[in-house]
Amino acid sequence: MAEPRPLSREEYAASRLQHHFVSMEQQRDASTLAMWVFLVTEILFFGGFFLTYTVYRWQDPVGFAHASQNMDIVLGTVNTAVLIISSLTMAMAVHSAATGRRKPLLAYLSATILLGFAFLGIKAVEYTDHIHHHLFPGPGFRFPGPDKPAAEMFFSLYFGMTGLHALHMIIGIGIVGTLLVMAYRGRFTPEYHSPIEVSGLYWHFVDIVWIFLFPLLYLIGRHLK
Amino acid sequence: MSAEMTPPLVDAPPRESFLTAGYGVKSWLLTRDHKRIALLYLASITFFFFLGGLFALLIRLELLTPEGDLVQPETYNKLFTMHGIVMVFFFLIPSIPAVLGNFFIPMMIGAKDLAFPRLNLLSWYVYMIGGLFTLWAVVHGGVDTGWTFYAPFSTVSSSSHVLPAAIGIFITGFSSILTGLNFIVTIHTMRAPGMTWFRLPLFVWSHYATSLIMVLGTPVIAVTLLLVALERIFHLGFFDPALGGDPVLFQHLFWFYSHPAVYIMVLPAMGVVSEIVPTFARKSVFGYRFVAYASVAIAVLGFLVWGHHMFVSGQSVYAGLFFSLLSFFVAIPSAVKVFNWTATMYKGSISWRTPMLYAIGFIGLFTIGGLTGLFLATLGVDVHVHDTYFIIAHFHYIMVGGAIMGYLGGIHYWWPKISGKLYSEGLAKFAAFVVFVGFNLTFFPQFILGYLGMPRRYHSYPPEFQVLNVMSTAGASILGFGYVLPLAYLFWSMRYGRDASSNPWGATGLEWQTTSPPPTENFPVTPVVDWEPYEYRPKKEVAAVG
Amino acid sequence: MRGDFPLFPDSASTIASQVDHLYFYLLAVSAFFSVLIAVLVVVFAIKFRRRSEADLPPTIHGSLLLEITWSAIPLGIALSFFVWGAKIYFRMNRPPDDALQVYVVAKQWMWKLQHADGTREINELHVPLGRAIELKMTSEDVIHSFFVPAFRIKKDVVPGRYSTAWFQATKAGRYHLFCSQYCGTNHAKMVGWVDVMEPIDYQNWLAGGGGSGSLAAAGAALFQQHACNSCHRPDSQARGPNLEGLFGRTITLSNGRTIVADESYIRESILNPTAKLVEGFQPIMPTYQGLINEEGVLELIAYIRSLQHPNSSSGTRMLPPTNRMPAPNRPGQETGGAPGSRPADEERKP
Repeated sequence: MAEPRPLSREEYAASRLQHHFVSMEQQRDASTLAMWVFLVTEILFFGGFFLTYTVYRWQDPVGFAHASQNMDIVLGTVNTAVLIISSLTMAMAVHSAATGRRKPLLAYLSATILLGFAFLGIKAVEYTDHIHHHLFPGPGFRFPGPDKPAAEMFFSLYFGMTGLHALHMIIGIGIVGTLLVMAYRGRFTPEYHSPIEVSGLYWHFVDIVWIFLFPLLYLIGRHLK
Repeated sequence: MSAEMTPPLVDAPPRESFLTAGYGVKSWLLTRDHKRIALLYLASITFFFFLGGLFALLIRLELLTPEGDLVQPETYNKLFTMHGIVMVFFFLIPSIPAVLGNFFIPMMIGAKDLAFPRLNLLSWYVYMIGGLFTLWAVVHGGVDTGWTFYAPFSTVSSSSHVLPAAIGIFITGFSSILTGLNFIVTIHTMRAPGMTWFRLPLFVWSHYATSLIMVLGTPVIAVTLLLVALERIFHLGFFDPALGGDPVLFQHLFWFYSHPAVYIMVLPAMGVVSEIVPTFARKSVFGYRFVAYASVAIAVLGFLVWGHHMFVSGQSVYAGLFFSLLSFFVAIPSAVKVFNWTATMYKGSISWRTPMLYAIGFIGLFTIGGLTGLFLATLGVDVHVHDTYFIIAHFHYIMVGGAIMGYLGGIHYWWPKISGKLYSEGLAKFAAFVVFVGFNLTFFPQFILGYLGMPRRYHSYPPEFQVLNVMSTAGASILGFGYVLPLAYLFWSMRYGRDASSNPWGATGLEWQTTSPPPTENFPVTPVVDWEPYEYRPKKEVAAVG
Repeated sequence: MRGDFPLFPDSASTIASQVDHLYFYLLAVSAFFSVLIAVLVVVFAIKFRRRSEADLPPTIHGSLLLEITWSAIPLGIALSFFVWGAKIYFRMNRPPDDALQVYVVAKQWMWKLQHADGTREINELHVPLGRAIELKMTSEDVIHSFFVPAFRIKKDVVPGRYSTAWFQATKAGRYHLFCSQYCGTNHAKMVGWVDVMEPIDYQNWLAGGGGSGSLAAAGAALFQQHACNSCHRPDSQARGPNLEGLFGRTITLSNGRTIVADESYIRESILNPTAKLVEGFQPIMPTYQGLINEEGVLELIAYIRSLQHPNSSSGTRMLPPTNRMPAPNRPGQETGGAPGSRPADEERKP
């Protein structure tokens, strides 16, 4: 029995063309546009939360600032750095795929996943800490002083927004994990790696959401100390 | 491309088409063919339509008498809530896009499928899962907040199944987003060679504009429902004044989506009318570019008017001024379309087939509905008629007299293409007439009731309102009968109807250039387009088509 | 079933006829355009009906002139609707200064109304003909809406804030009052009547209502009962702002912003005192949320409103506190009851 001849790079790329597209270029354009459109929907989705935050912070800026002082700025800054570095590793992963370097690709994808887990781990530590200090909103919420209603609103928004963000992180880690498996199996070539590019866009978006969340949640009470 | 009709293929052997490409449940439930997915949606939305219609029937039965004597108040409140939820989210919003849009957009642009067939299938499953959640809520006792879920009633006071219903709508919203995303990417990247933007059928333009709204608006209702859910589960205070929240903020967030949502419901129907009228007038659409631009203008302006639902909510008078002015602006592109359709008929060659009857019905009823919208945009008048039956009449004129007639017109227009069969023209005309009469008898008296002051969502009412209510209920029963008829004769045609040719109406458009029903890949050869839309040429000028 | 039925509502307020005139203008224009389109469509469908399959109509792509015309004319007409409607809307939102105050507290599923002299009504409002009446409204639970079709007025009644509506009745009679914002099970039963009476009859009705103690007097009693005067006092031991002459004055807050001390400000200061802190004072006032209900707040506002500036010669003056212990807190639940009976007032007599 003859051994199957391995596909050349051109043949492999052609095999990844889905039947309803007329060319790889069309397929790539479609998937990139799709991701951008999806990210716009995500902006609108988070936007509702940001609007709610804006309304209630405008209503009681001092109360919000006092509440924000209960955030751990060290952990928040570390997490911000973790995410920015993870965006860098993700971008490097895309570059590695585009230049056909498999080992760096695997390394960068793994690094991105690890950093993602690190982010979630630090968030878990923060959440636990807040819950211990009765800062989870609801009937068990405790906040001394006159700012209690505003603080409870702040923490409702904090848990809601960072929780939604964390959910997106978990999905992102899942996506990058899938890419890692596919990359391990040699599925990506310089001619075909748009899944990595498109996932990179998603990852960067989740990072950018955090860049907005961080100052709004962690830094607004600094001037009062 | 010619306008002549090819002879009907009667008594021909069963033809290969997307319908025969694979049998069995799996070949349907795991299909990637946009045409089959469209039919999956057709089955589901038909189910939800009749469910929502059943709720409407019960509502109208209760309103036959001034006292609330048919059902308990709680039950009545659940009936109108679920009528609204089912009709808006599970029927009207998906209807034309998910059935006719899914089926025909790829064909109209000369593509083999949408950009993401698997996402398309996923969108149907997501829709069904959302539907199941909502059905669960319905079966286990219902929701009683009104489809508008106003806080703090929905977050603090209601003891009904708000959460499952909200989750159901949240999930189904993703179906909408996926559909819109698929359409946008498809229209941008997969047009056949020569199919430039201004050669696209207006149906495609309408769906492009609709998709913009689906994609930009739906996430906002999603996050709003999420906030409501969080508030209910964790006793948070986003909208609860007792915890420092603002109930009017809910209204802003809710209507920011729900107003554009009405354009999701009507723009596709306008697209259908823009296809039917030129075909049955055998004349190019008058003012093609203006109709195309008008669709986009409606989508954009539609995002700027949400506050016209809140003129008496306590929002600032200046906000009221802004929203009123913008609401007048958004009416203009709709008026432009109506004038253009009418002008298309001028000096046309008008055929009175059923699709055209529905299109003409749309033009008339949408005009009335749209004009009554001007009453509501008018601040001083809206204060009086807000939250009365005037509003109910207005939006039913648009949603039922407009959107549903557009939907039925589209179904009748494209039925031969989809099924390969012709339905009974006589029965279809009769049903269209019954629908038209029943509709007007149901909803016109409600304008009068509204100005008289009968509030909406009332289980019982003062006795002087009874005569008009009885008229309305009489109309509703006629309307219901009119809706059941197509279900019957369309089903019948699938088995016993005459075979349809590829172009029974002599229409232009790429979808008529292939067989009825079409093959799975739509076109054996990718078409190359070098003609303008709605171009009808005399027979002797027919060029050979490859 | 009634044989007679109205097709048009009563017009019983000054604004009603204005709204109706605009409505008729809208109706006329709408009827014109509806008929025009319907006639054109039907006439074209008949006149240009297909006579043979060989028919080939002319190719007419469009006309820029027509497009501009039929965009500009509707736009112009629409703007006329806008301007006229806006004018009426402004009038609806600007109650006259000499309006009689009526306070409305809505709750599932009833309307509680109080006249300034303390007369209470449930689900019924008696008003004199020819006087402007201003309604100051709030809800105890969910959003309701105060709707009197005959007056063409409507305003949502929202928990946590005050909303205002006003009318001047022009015809004596009995008119429907409806709740027009869905509020739960008995939304359709949250209805009542507005009775417009000739001024003489109204005075008689008011006098016979057994009003003992105005809203302001009830507020004064609450003020004492909750020992508000231990901090809000006119002498040097005051730990809170002096309330004499406060109502309507512009004050400066601790964050530098200025605000007019109106009903909403006073309500907020009672229920959420540190939200707007007055400049120069400490955030030490406790909240009375749960201790004073919406009606109590309205009574306190009426009392504070009556407190004149310390240098004026007329008006109520605040009394310095006595050494008496404050009375036990009044429960947060309203009492309600049949119109005319006010058992709660008896408790509060000083």
